[in-house]
Amino acid sequence: MEFGFSQKEIEFQEAVEEFLKKELPPDWPEKSRHWPGGYGTIEMPNREMADTAREFRRKLAQKGWFTIAWPEQYGGKAHSHIEQAIFDERMSYFRAPSVGIATRIAGPTILRFGTEENKQDWIPRIANAEIEMWLAYSEPDAGSDLAGIQTTAVLEGEEYVINGQKVWSTIAHLADYAWLIAKTDPDGHRHHRVSLFVVDNKSPGVTIKPLINIVGVHSFNEVFFDNVRVPAKNLIGDKNAGFYYLMTALDFERLLVGIGGFRRFFEELVEYVKQMEREGKPLGKNHSVRVKLAEIAVKIEIAYLFFWRTAEKLDKGQVPDVESSVLKLTTTELSRHLANVTMEIFGPYSQLVTESEWTPLRGMAPRGYLDCVSATIGAGTSEIQRSIIATRGLGLPRK
Amino acid sequence: MDLDLTREQKILKRSAQDFLKKECPPSLIREMKDDERGYPQKLWDQMVDLGWTGVMIPDKYGGIGGSYLDLCILLEAMGEVCCPGPFFSTVVLGGLTLLSAGTEEQKGKYLPGIADGDLIFTLAMIEPGIWYDISKIAMSASIDSDDFVLNGTKLFVENGHIADYLICVARTDSKDASEAGLTLFLVDNKSAGVRCSPQKTLGYDRRCEIVFDKVRVPKSNVLGDLGRASGIFDRLQEQAAVAKCAELVGCIQTAFDMTVKYAKNRKQFGRPIGSFQAVQHHCANMVVDVDGARFITYQAAWKISEGLAASKEAAMAKAWTSDASRRVTSLAHQIHGAISFAQEYDVHLFYRRAKACEVAFGDAEYHLEKVAAQLGL
Ligand SMILES: Cc1cc2nc3c(=O)[nH]c(=O)nc-3n(C[C@H](O)[C@H](O)[C@H](O)COP(=O)(O)OP(=O)(O)OC[C@H]3O[C@@H](n4cnc5c(N)ncnc54)[C@H](O)[C@@H]3O)c2cc1C
Repeated sequence: MEFGFSQKEIEFQEAVEEFLKKELPPDWPEKSRHWPGGYGTIEMPNREMADTAREFRRKLAQKGWFTIAWPEQYGGKAHSHIEQAIFDERMSYFRAPSVGIATRIAGPTILRFGTEENKQDWIPRIANAEIEMWLAYSEPDAGSDLAGIQTTAVLEGEEYVINGQKVWSTIAHLADYAWLIAKTDPDGHRHHRVSLFVVDNKSPGVTIKPLINIVGVHSFNEVFFDNVRVPAKNLIGDKNAGFYYLMTALDFERLLVGIGGFRRFFEELVEYVKQMEREGKPLGKNHSVRVKLAEIAVKIEIAYLFFWRTAEKLDKGQVPDVESSVLKLTTTELSRHLANVTMEIFGPYSQLVTESEWTPLRGMAPRGYLDCVSATIGAGTSEIQRSIIATRGLGLPRK
Repeated sequence: MDLDLTREQKILKRSAQDFLKKECPPSLIREMKDDERGYPQKLWDQMVDLGWTGVMIPDKYGGIGGSYLDLCILLEAMGEVCCPGPFFSTVVLGGLTLLSAGTEEQKGKYLPGIADGDLIFTLAMIEPGIWYDISKIAMSASIDSDDFVLNGTKLFVENGHIADYLICVARTDSKDASEAGLTLFLVDNKSAGVRCSPQKTLGYDRRCEIVFDKVRVPKSNVLGDLGRASGIFDRLQEQAAVAKCAELVGCIQTAFDMTVKYAKNRKQFGRPIGSFQAVQHHCANMVVDVDGARFITYQAAWKISEGLAASKEAAMAKAWTSDASRRVTSLAHQIHGAISFAQEYDVHLFYRRAKACEVAFGDAEYHLEKVAAQLGL
């Protein structure tokens, strides 16, 4: 047993941290107000930050850190997954502009299941940070039940013609390509009638309509596909095998928990509490506040261990499936718990949204209280994760 | 025993619900969240016409002389639609304080204004570093000929930006650092030296920071006796906490109803999501929370209404209802899924409002401490 990192891993961690300190403005972690575990506070509040983020991503790609755990032949650095995890942890700890859907969800799925042509078409461009993707899974009538999608893709000559509607499409307005599932066999079994495609946002017939979330941020969209023509080679892997690929893509998605963000916010919270007085006494000496914070500390520790476990499994050449669900469930429920505790500790002060002298931690409490709602819903709800753990994990009967 | 409302009370509730359903739709809440005053004058005028602002004010001051329970029924109906406006701060905080502590002259001067909707009141209590405990209040009130001079800062003053009068707790005896040095004042908000900065909140209510810089208040505006604020305030806090519970009961009832309806209609995997046991258990937990909140609130409200000692019941009501509301509105989001995360959908209005009520006049922990004290611990 060894709960520590190897010398090589420690050196890598230090290199990542050094890079982050050098390439991100020192006040970035303060300005970036992402709530740990949330899916709705991804905004770049101003132009300057958006520019900084773009520049930062470019430098990451230059360093080859966009795809560090990919094989070298595909532009990666062939680092271990533990190192990938170390990288993710430090990145999210600094609230760095995240490495996206293309690199962490689409890319690994293509590497695993894509045709040689798929790999040639997409992998270099993803590795070079030339393109970003958005996830075109959910539809108005297909959320938890993704096999129930209605969007269709019909082969006409050398092209597929796509019709349908997607919803809750995070960053569709900022990305270049949809990573899309559509029905390709209207009569097939619900798990054998869906295929995965990459669709250019600029294709005629794609309409993106913004949706504002409850935090007040434009993070997601509704997207309409009206006779959108896609080259047949943009089909990923085999036709009608999309549902199977999707399950793996979701396992990859559920690894992206921004683990360091929890520790970062928690440290800020503890520091703040140390300095705050309540009714003439130090807030940090209040028994119930201490218990609440200590409980969070324990939960963060557990979440970290679940996080390292998934990396370990990947290093053994397996896709963490049940482990991904455990990690996703634990961190997103923690996202809610952390928001609740923060609100409770600040009492009446928790209500303030306007940044003022009396507003604790730049208004992160109410922001988190709103965004944490999305955590236990997006990327598969808590109920669905629990079902996966019970059935796929424990083999409990489904009926 | 009869745990139900009387026939008259049911009629009052029904008519309030019908009126608010029509006049206070969710679109209005959205419109008002960025409005400078925070509520539409028309709705306020209509509420005045219905006699609501005078619900507990005796006839002779222009009210309709109803009971505290009647007040709670109206608040519950308002909670059901997240009704915006200064009803709570004026009628509950202003009205009840004047009724319990005002002199005949003060009552005659201010209560008719509350009843006919002309005057807006609010309470200025919390100060920097204070959560709920009034004994630590620092604002000073020093005597200078016929006036008191107030200096200090108040926080989270609801509707402070539009109020005509602030009921303000200040320290009249600087040597006594306990509750015994505190006095209640009625401060004209237009007085020189009052500076108000409204702040945006999670619950879309208006909370203001108010700085008092040598604000002169005539002696005749002392409410109750000098050094006697705490007795009046304890009573007010009890009544205000239960009134908040009434509002919460309405708020979570709507969130619950919406959710159960949604669980019956929304289909995934070819069946209503409400047919999944995980969702059923969530819904069942909500039933316990909502029904528990209603009964414990009514019990406390009834006791207050009857003039019985209600400290324990009030503390229990606010402790349970605060936590229950958070659980219910949070589950409402969970069961609705992603749609509830869209601003245009209504669930978050209730989630926000519930959170605002939860921290008002003591959160669960504060009231559980009171319950523990009642147990003789
Ligand atoms: C902020 C945010 C960002 C998102 N971004 C994207 C995106 O970029 N791309 C994308 O495709 N999707 C995205 N989603 C959608 C997300 O994947 C879905 O919300 C999720 O899969 C749940 O679907 P639903 O919202 O339709 O809820 P539903 O499936 O309708 O579920 C409603 C409720 O029923 C429960 N339920 C459903 N089925 C079962 C069952 N079998 N057993 C027990 N309980 C059940 C659920 O747990 C939930 O509580 C996003 C969602 C959010 C909130």
